[in-house]
Amino acid sequence: MNNKKQIRFRLNGEDTEVAFAPHKTLLEVLREDLNLTGTKHGCELGECGTCAVLVDGRSILSCLMLGLEAEGREVKTIEGMALGAELHPLQQTFADLGAAQCGYCSPGFLLVAEELLKKSPNPSRAEIQEALSGNLCRCTGYIKIYEAVEMAAARMRGEAFELPHESIYGL
Amino acid sequence: MSKDLNVVGKPFRKVDARAKCVGQTKFADDIVLPRMLFCKILRSHVPHALIKSIDASKALALPGVFAVITGKDLPIPYGILPVSQDEHALCIDKVRFVGDPVAAVAAIDEDTAFDAMNLIEVEYEPLNTISNIEEAVLIDEPRIHEYGDSGNVHKKVSLEFGNVEEGFAEADLVREDVFFYEGNTHLPMEQHAAVAHFDADQKLTLWSSTQTPHYVHRALAKVLKMPASHIRVIATPNGGGFGGKSDPFNHEVAVCKLAMITGRPVKVTLTREEVFYCHRGRHPVLMTVKTGVKNDGAITAMHFQSFLDGGAYGSYGVASTFYTGALQTVTYEVPRYKFQGLRAFTNKPPCGPKRGHGTPQPRYALEVHLDKIAEQLRMDPVEIRRKHLVAPNSVTANYLRVGSMGLGQCIDKVVEGSDWKNRFSGWDPEKRKLPYGKGIGIACSSYICGAGLPIYWNNMPQSGVQLRLDRQGGVCVMCGSTDIGQGSDSILAYIVAEILGIDPFDIRVVTADTDLTPVDLGSYSSRVTLMTGNAAIQAAERARELLVMAVAEKLGVPIENLSLAERRVFDVENPELGVSFAEAVVLAESKFGTIGTVGSYTPPRSPGKYKGSGVGPSPAYSYSAAVAEVDVNPDTGIVVVERVWIAHDIGRSINPLLVMGQVEGSVYMALGEILMEEMTYRTNRNVVHKFPSLLEYKSPTTMEMCDVKTYLIEDPDPNGPYGAKEVGQGPLLPVPPAVANAVYNAVGVRIDEVPITPEKVMRALKDKSRGREARFGPDGVPAVTWPDALRVLTPAEGGDGTEMPHVAVHS
Repeated sequence: MNNKKQIRFRLNGEDTEVAFAPHKTLLEVLREDLNLTGTKHGCELGECGTCAVLVDGRSILSCLMLGLEAEGREVKTIEGMALGAELHPLQQTFADLGAAQCGYCSPGFLLVAEELLKKSPNPSRAEIQEALSGNLCRCTGYIKIYEAVEMAAARMRGEAFELPHESIYGL
Repeated sequence: MSKDLNVVGKPFRKVDARAKCVGQTKFADDIVLPRMLFCKILRSHVPHALIKSIDASKALALPGVFAVITGKDLPIPYGILPVSQDEHALCIDKVRFVGDPVAAVAAIDEDTAFDAMNLIEVEYEPLNTISNIEEAVLIDEPRIHEYGDSGNVHKKVSLEFGNVEEGFAEADLVREDVFFYEGNTHLPMEQHAAVAHFDADQKLTLWSSTQTPHYVHRALAKVLKMPASHIRVIATPNGGGFGGKSDPFNHEVAVCKLAMITGRPVKVTLTREEVFYCHRGRHPVLMTVKTGVKNDGAITAMHFQSFLDGGAYGSYGVASTFYTGALQTVTYEVPRYKFQGLRAFTNKPPCGPKRGHGTPQPRYALEVHLDKIAEQLRMDPVEIRRKHLVAPNSVTANYLRVGSMGLGQCIDKVVEGSDWKNRFSGWDPEKRKLPYGKGIGIACSSYICGAGLPIYWNNMPQSGVQLRLDRQGGVCVMCGSTDIGQGSDSILAYIVAEILGIDPFDIRVVTADTDLTPVDLGSYSSRVTLMTGNAAIQAAERARELLVMAVAEKLGVPIENLSLAERRVFDVENPELGVSFAEAVVLAESKFGTIGTVGSYTPPRSPGKYKGSGVGPSPAYSYSAAVAEVDVNPDTGIVVVERVWIAHDIGRSINPLLVMGQVEGSVYMALGEILMEEMTYRTNRNVVHKFPSLLEYKSPTTMEMCDVKTYLIEDPDPNGPYGAKEVGQGPLLPVPPAVANAVYNAVGVRIDEVPITPEKVMRALKDKSRGREARFGPDGVPAVTWPDALRVLTPAEGGDGTEMPHVAVHS
């Protein structure tokens, strides 16, 4: 307990200092030392993608990164995704389309999807599948997630997008 | 309710969706209380042994350790079913599987708790193990439990409706097949977690990721010997359930006891490996099905046998056993039906209810078996199903009352959508329309919309809803139901909003808190929309009545002229004349006092009255049909499911978007079961799980998920709220057999064992090429002496639902 190490980094756009036992993962530091419980865990072994956060804009599994490695870097968690009081378009479409059922995997999916849309503003379905293939979801069958990403991408490009009738009411 | 609907049937977002997308939803492990301690549970590393001694002195001496408890601290057994109270929070004198809990530690942090756990010394005396159904049936000693029908047989049941032998004698063809459905697990993304707090007034609060707070509440009162009124159980939003969080769990009891001993809050969060040991997932089931049919495919009789590998404890297993025999009769006419089921104890994590509880296994067997019969009769597999559907508003041979029945429409939709007629080529491999390696297959299914009976016998409602309206116009709906992601909180808001003419997001929903909310039995058996929905309708109609009485008096218009919509109460003949919803509440409160109403729901009584008739009855049955299109690589055996067309008879969609999500999620979970997911164990008497991890227990990623074409059939059921039926579980059922039938269509081999792995396909292809039977699957079932069948005359034979006096006839 008395050998805590302190780091300074940018967290969700704010300068942050935090001290913690040096063996802690970034996941543990975020949840336990910074009370940001929006980042979830499904295995703590790097197998499920649930704990994904963005470090310097790239998605990483926070269960596989030591907290100490965040020194001086820019970390974004689900709590920092909304633009002020305005939800990020991905957060809106995930909520509106039922892409979050139990919602436990949603923070990880949302951040990985945000990374994708930064790189590829108009991704194909196959690109979305590839980008999200490291994240497991047991509720949705992924389909509503794809549709939410496509809808958010269109909105971010300033294009109108309507979900096909069959996606809401069936064929 | 005949007015136009403003909320029901519309694709609103869920009331809790945004909180889940911004990280605000508090799951159990997100709860942090001041001075909270952390619990770790020491689990058995041996599959079957007597506990000779436990020495926790070194653990207790470790700085930061506050308490260690063992079995003797919690001597009272519990279990979800009254008939199988066979679990202890911590094993007392014996462990029964690798993962069985032995001791629990509370310490200042998780690392200290982990170190302390490893300092506890347990001396075991190993016992021989029972690792599968065959061994359990053959080997009586050592017994895993001291109760049960005999040896390691937990339960045997034998029921006969009508004379099955007569039915077989009338048949043009009698066919028998054997199938095996391997066990698999729920794999919710959230590991189980719980926090207990014992306060200064000696009252206990437990927050837990449970689907059944009411049953946890009852179990805690029993095991802790506390008045239930001093215990509060709050189910946190479940990060996935699928049935895996439906039992009262040892870790829940352990943190309560540790909180009581230490006077500090205690949290436990299971590791992913421990979640595999909690299990309660799909039973491995070995099955035989024998069916007599006429040349037109009409069934004359069916005899179904199932052998369930139950794992180490009872859990829901007795109910699971009956479920493997209950729903065969609700899709196609089965005039005479016999069911024999056996559940065995083995030294493996306990099995229980997973999505479809006890019915995906027999459905797989039945639908593949029907495909084989269709081939023998040279009938189209669509026709053999479509021609012999159970009639709506009828009672089956085993006394299940079917209400609305949309299976015919479901079949028509998927047949049309998949262009079945132009792609299915009949049974002659020489005349195939699709290239070799490509195939399509069809299957159908049905599921209950809530169990007709509660788990413990009582005459009370299964679901209660309480509404509070305040003078600011606020509406609070309270219900014991638990949102596990399916949207049960939202359903309450939608229905109340519909009736009171307000917006669903005007409503505060308070659920799953045994201190604050009326009892709902829990999120299992696809019961929640139907039961809480009906209770919510009753509560909201009662509130509406108070509002319109007060407003009618104020406006001087007849009550029946008043309508509630768009946050107003107004005269339908003169819509300008009206008051706001908030004003209406003020008027009602002025007239009647504080406004609160209740609603409750009790399912109708089942016509079945024989022993065993408690499992299967439901207020309504949902129906599904699926066509799967597969690509089978004959060189590798790899099966790719390219597309599934699925039609689901939902009765009515309260929210179509959420219904679609449940259908798609069901197809996904079925795909995992049929292609890759399996709970398998090392043999050599170790009986240790081969791969209790998310990496090696294979489940479908985005790269394996297939395209899904969904059709929703709306055939409102009189027992459903607005006609709604279930969707959470039913759409899983037809997919595994549809895939298996498609694999046969693609490469001509029958895989009578789930999952259909490349190895099994290759072995069957090899056998086929050598002129042997082109099949992979079990050869037979263990020889078992069945009890004399309990005989019941069918409704067609003039039966009244009771069993016939016992006479020794064929068994």
